[in-house]
Amino acid sequence: MTEARTPSDAELGEAIASSFPDGAVRVQVAHDELTLMAEASAIVEVATFLRDDPRCRFVCFIDLCGVDYPQRDKRFDVVLHLLSPQHNRRIRLKVMTDEATAVPSLTAVFPSANWYEREAYDLFGILFTGHPDLRRILTDYGFEGHPLRKDFPMTGFVEVWWNDAEKRVVNQPVRLTQDFRDWDFLSPWEAMDVASLPGDEKATRAPVGDKA
Amino acid sequence: MNDQSIRNFSINFGPQHPAAHGVLRLVLELDGEIVERVDPHIGLLHRGTEKLMEARTYVQNIPYFDRLDYVSPMNQEHGFCLAIEKLLGLEVPRRAQLIRVLYLEIGRILSHLLNVTTQALDVGALTPPLWGFEEREKLMGFYERASGARLHANYIRPGGVHEDLPTQLVEDIGAWCEPFLKVVDDLEALFIDNRIFKQRNVDIGVVTLDECWAWGFSGVMVRGSGAAWDLRKSQPYECYEEMDFDIPVGRNCDNYDRQVIRMEEMRQSTHIMQQCVTKLLAPEGQGPITTRQGKVAPPPRAEMKRSMEALIHHFKLYTEGFHVPAGEVYTAVEAPKGEFGVYLVSDGSDKPYRCKIRAPGYAHLQAMDFMCREHMLADVSAILGSLDIVFGEVDR
Repeated sequence: MTEARTPSDAELGEAIASSFPDGAVRVQVAHDELTLMAEASAIVEVATFLRDDPRCRFVCFIDLCGVDYPQRDKRFDVVLHLLSPQHNRRIRLKVMTDEATAVPSLTAVFPSANWYEREAYDLFGILFTGHPDLRRILTDYGFEGHPLRKDFPMTGFVEVWWNDAEKRVVNQPVRLTQDFRDWDFLSPWEAMDVASLPGDEKATRAPVGDKA
Repeated sequence: MNDQSIRNFSINFGPQHPAAHGVLRLVLELDGEIVERVDPHIGLLHRGTEKLMEARTYVQNIPYFDRLDYVSPMNQEHGFCLAIEKLLGLEVPRRAQLIRVLYLEIGRILSHLLNVTTQALDVGALTPPLWGFEEREKLMGFYERASGARLHANYIRPGGVHEDLPTQLVEDIGAWCEPFLKVVDDLEALFIDNRIFKQRNVDIGVVTLDECWAWGFSGVMVRGSGAAWDLRKSQPYECYEEMDFDIPVGRNCDNYDRQVIRMEEMRQSTHIMQQCVTKLLAPEGQGPITTRQGKVAPPPRAEMKRSMEALIHHFKLYTEGFHVPAGEVYTAVEAPKGEFGVYLVSDGSDKPYRCKIRAPGYAHLQAMDFMCREHMLADVSAILGSLDIVFGEVDR
């Protein structure tokens, strides 16, 4: 999808943004991909517009997922990917929310959103209003917590064991037979601010981004 | 008749049912033999891939992708490597592209062979899997000769592939193609034209194209409903643009069309493989198999013994790993089962900040309820088979 398209991503983004009140939809183009950012309360409106507008026709629901940024005020991103088979282009829609604020459900716009929202609820604890059946989906029956949050340890809290006395599977706190090994291989040198080294105040900074 | 004798039945289908293609549990609500409601319970194979990935470097994460859709491992790896390459802005050498396309098509045949023949098994034909698995065995031999593993290859790397292919292997793959076309014809004669297979599949599981898009279908599912939509053609990646192949499209939107399409796609994949073999053996097809950017791809072993810089690169790559610039990308590939997407968020470190795996089977399985309603109980396994579900990717 590298060849030039008409309208370009930026132009299409502007056209979409101008259909909404000022500032309601912000546009960003990076890596040859078009991203829209909107308020969580407007997600249904924007998604319906993207589906129905003849310039967009993003009728194919691709993906909905959460991303956790615990340091932020509104810690979760809800990221929606849509595809327009007619115009052969993709779009990403992002809204922000936190643990307490529910996002309007997209199930009425795209039936496929159902399981994806259940997954976001299961793994992140993001709430959706108007969802017909917001149950856990991927984790075990009776699982507690939301494992993809950054503050959830990778090893989890409980592990399952067969209890021979009770003849059933039981949950027990995780016991690691060896310590969890979290190797920190990140080089301390690249992360260091060169100018802050004592006696090196006049050194110029290496240009950012040429280490990859 | 009193009320009790006409009540609906709820039955459990799976998780150990042989036609459940893995660990699927379906809670079916039946009115007699008519399915009223299907509630798939998934997650019995959930391994937390996305969580595990956040604690590992990019290269350490590639093997997890083999374990998603484990019948066509390299197609998944490829999707992940494309995402990394997009963030890094890497160019893949031509020979590596050819090798990738060759193995992607092997993966497609692996997956289709398994699905088409076991779907025939689900509707009562026992022989097709035996015929199909013989060919799968040969293809997995090719996997092993390239990567050392029959299934979990871990062969495609950001910037190229791990090892070059020996000429003998390329020739053997070329020699496999022509007889395989005959096997496909035999399989078609064996069960595609079979009366019982048709009775069980024609006009079962019909979805219109509009419904396909809204339910997030992709791959064979949309092609079966009449859209000539294939990411290899519409949003080409690697060197698919120079390959000559056709996209089979169905008309009747039912199970049967989908299986016929899979048969035809195997023939088309074989044609692509033949083209790749010719190009790989030609002088223009020679060259490096991975990017020579030392900060991403490890140096050749011989160079490591002599060059200080190569040794440092090797050490850094296998401890710290490479850093990927901050940003987010979504890349999609046409996996055998549909659109396999990777949404990768990087924070500039050596580990992914978040990696969402968009598995085609997840969207397809979700539509079980909508597709099975008003069908007979026996159709459930026929529809499930035609969706091409593999639990490694659905449950992640």
